[in-house]
Amino acid sequence: MEMDFVVDKEAKTVSITKEFAFGLDLVWDAYTKPELLDQWWAPKPWMSRTKVLDFKVGGRRFYAMVSPEGDERWAVQKYTSITPKTNFKLFNAFADKNENLELPGSDWDFNFSEQDGTTKVSISIYNESLERLERMIEFGFVEGTKMQLNNLEELLTRLSQS
Amino acid sequence: MRRDVFQAIADPTRRAIIALIAVQAMTPNALAEHFDTTRQAVSKHLRVLTECEMVKQDQQGREIYYRLEIEKMKEIDKWLEQYREIWEARYRQLDELLSTIKKEKKEK
Repeated sequence: MEMDFVVDKEAKTVSITKEFAFGLDLVWDAYTKPELLDQWWAPKPWMSRTKVLDFKVGGRRFYAMVSPEGDERWAVQKYTSITPKTNFKLFNAFADKNENLELPGSDWDFNFSEQDGTTKVSISIYNESLERLERMIEFGFVEGTKMQLNNLEELLTRLSQS
Repeated sequence: MRRDVFQAIADPTRRAIIALIAVQAMTPNALAEHFDTTRQAVSKHLRVLTECEMVKQDQQGREIYYRLEIEKMKEIDKWLEQYREIWEARYRQLDELLSTIKKEKKEK
């Protein structure tokens, strides 16, 4: 299903909305459980490696994006509010491997809703400084990502036949 | 303090200045006529825009004309486009993962 990506430069907010043809319970787990998050969070060929995930208010996810060469880019997401299966909010910041934060970070607001077996997830990301985006992109995902997309359809076809 | 393109567009007056000089290069005096503000305030915004490398100055006789650096504006859109691509890649992977999980559950 299509993804909607809207940038409001004046409000310094990026909104990403996506519908999934799956139930709310499963989708919620995919956003909140480390073993599932690590399987989709990093655009291939990058890998997501979650070191800590304590899903409660005041808890955090401490994770690294790992490049094919093994370079690690660490980040911390501190959970600031949780309403189970409906909403959670977090504060996202880059960090070093010792969990020292590089401020400023960004505020993320996740909203979940289910209707007729379709689950909608709306994320709104507020950046004090849109310059953060520049840094995210410095991760260098993008080139690898495009290659990945070319192979994806083939993979999906194979999965659905197996 | 490091200046960047995002700071340049963070202020409504600066966005208006960008819109004006995108059409044609203008002097600070000509720009000031478009705003309900002082010439000094316009100069201050032009200084920020210069520091952000969003505008260039051209000396023509005794006048200084400010013109837009179009390439800098494109940078913002380029970054945002890449960010969108990252999310698309993520979500393709998530769709794929959810399909796999659902299938495994059915098989059990």
